[in-house]
Amino acid sequence: MSEKLAEHLAGAPSGSSQPDKFAVRKLEFYYGDFHALTDITVGIQRHAVTAFIGPSGCGKSTFLRTLNRMNDLIPGTRVEGSVMLDRQDVYAAGIDPVDLRRRVGMIFQQPNPFPMSIYENVAYGPKLHGVKKKADLDEVVEKSLQRANLWKEVKDILGRGGLTLSGGQQQRLCIARVLAVEPEVLLMDEPCSAIDPTSVQKVEDLMAELKDRITIVIVTHNMQQAARVSDYTAFFLQEKVNEAAELIEFDRTATLFTSPKDRRTEDYITGRFG
Amino acid sequence: MSGRRGVIDKRVTNAAALAVIWVCALTTVAFLGSLLLYVVINGIRELTPAFIFTWPHGVNMEGGIWPTIQSTIYVTVLAMVIVTPVAVLAAVYLAEYAVQGRLVRTIRFAADSLAAVPSIVMGLFGMALFVEGMGLQFSTLAGALALSFLMLPIVMRTTEEAIRAVPKYIRWGSYGLGASKWQTVSRIVLPAASPRILTGLLLAMGRAAGETAVVIYTMGTMIAAPVSPLDPGRTMPVHVMLMAMEGINLKAAYGTALLLVIMVLAFNLTARYIVRRNRRMQG
Repeated sequence: MSEKLAEHLAGAPSGSSQPDKFAVRKLEFYYGDFHALTDITVGIQRHAVTAFIGPSGCGKSTFLRTLNRMNDLIPGTRVEGSVMLDRQDVYAAGIDPVDLRRRVGMIFQQPNPFPMSIYENVAYGPKLHGVKKKADLDEVVEKSLQRANLWKEVKDILGRGGLTLSGGQQQRLCIARVLAVEPEVLLMDEPCSAIDPTSVQKVEDLMAELKDRITIVIVTHNMQQAARVSDYTAFFLQEKVNEAAELIEFDRTATLFTSPKDRRTEDYITGRFG
Repeated sequence: MSGRRGVIDKRVTNAAALAVIWVCALTTVAFLGSLLLYVVINGIRELTPAFIFTWPHGVNMEGGIWPTIQSTIYVTVLAMVIVTPVAVLAAVYLAEYAVQGRLVRTIRFAADSLAAVPSIVMGLFGMALFVEGMGLQFSTLAGALALSFLMLPIVMRTTEEAIRAVPKYIRWGSYGLGASKWQTVSRIVLPAASPRILTGLLLAMGRAAGETAVVIYTMGTMIAAPVSPLDPGRTMPVHVMLMAMEGINLKAAYGTALLLVIMVLAFNLTARYIVRRNRRMQG
């Protein structure tokens, strides 16, 4: 597998000459004594959507969280190997995870607006980072809500609590909230699994619009969604219980879904397990 | 046949258990009900505007109880002002910052023990420390400081629970935007926990407002309307005790008791209202 992967990476996964946004090499991840991920080497193409797929518990969300060091918040976790963001190791000494998370924003499975108004939700990030003037905040709030395709629905109720919105609107509010701090990368951890189908459509459309300016990585257990929204797909698998999960195959989405090189990928995408 | 008997036995025991449970449950309600009824019947005739808003006079303390109301509100609010920052920040430390281990368990155990200290002991210690040690004399400030020790464990533990009840994923949202820990705690976690923190505060204030032993030894028993924190005073429960103990003026004792019950009940109902409204808003 790793040979194939090395070849694949050497050939650069696309016609683009730009270097990868993320380059992960030989990543190992541990929760205490439990070895969760092993030997992950992969490149994340900039200005594209990369999907991580695989059965539940295959470590795809864990891997996603290594990219912005959200795993640091869980006591007892440990990382080996390197995660380069624009050629800088995010685990190097002197990297502040707080700064990193501003550059690499995150959307969660459960929409998680703060218990405050819609306006304050979006203004929260810019305020953290020092924007104070009302006019500047107004502007960034409007712009972010527009980019998240939520502005039309909420422009007259900005003072209302973020939690009063529907689940799908809440998720777009969370996207607007992240966009307000202008991240370079957006990590989405099963962003559509807790919202209604109409909203799923809107979030997927949004991803297509956003990728011009942002690199997007999405974890999804929905293969149709991966096929619809992503340019590249990585398939993760934990072969035996209590064994570390691996990256089985990584390729352009079209290639991976139509002619997978690994038997296990084929089994998974044709629905033989998981 | 033994099977049939088993069935009957089960029904009988079930009915018996239910009856006992019912009686116990009813006793609680009946006790509270009769207590309130008793206080209301004996005190309601005293509750006139003159009783509430004028000063007592004469050897038998005829007239009103205004200075005791002022003393009670003053000392309780002052205690709240003192206890809130200490208790909330201590709870933030326990819930968010401290490495969970022996030290934290010890602090929690100390708080729980503090809550179990008999209030008369707290009063004596308050007298030694604040009234004499710090030279505050019998004063509203000394009373408030002693009461704040009574309130501290209640407020600290409810605040800690409130902070822990804020969902993890809301914190993640904040960290995911590049917020530091203190920014997340102060701007997201504490505001989200604030209704429950307020509830704990109100319950503790209810406790403090009804406290006798602690304030007798720290604030004194002199009928006075304190203005400066260094003025002494006599709170309502102390007034009730003195009026009833020496049989000086039982009517005034019941009137004061009724007003006190109403005030404490108001604290508790407000606390419940805040919790309910908050649950509705978030649910």
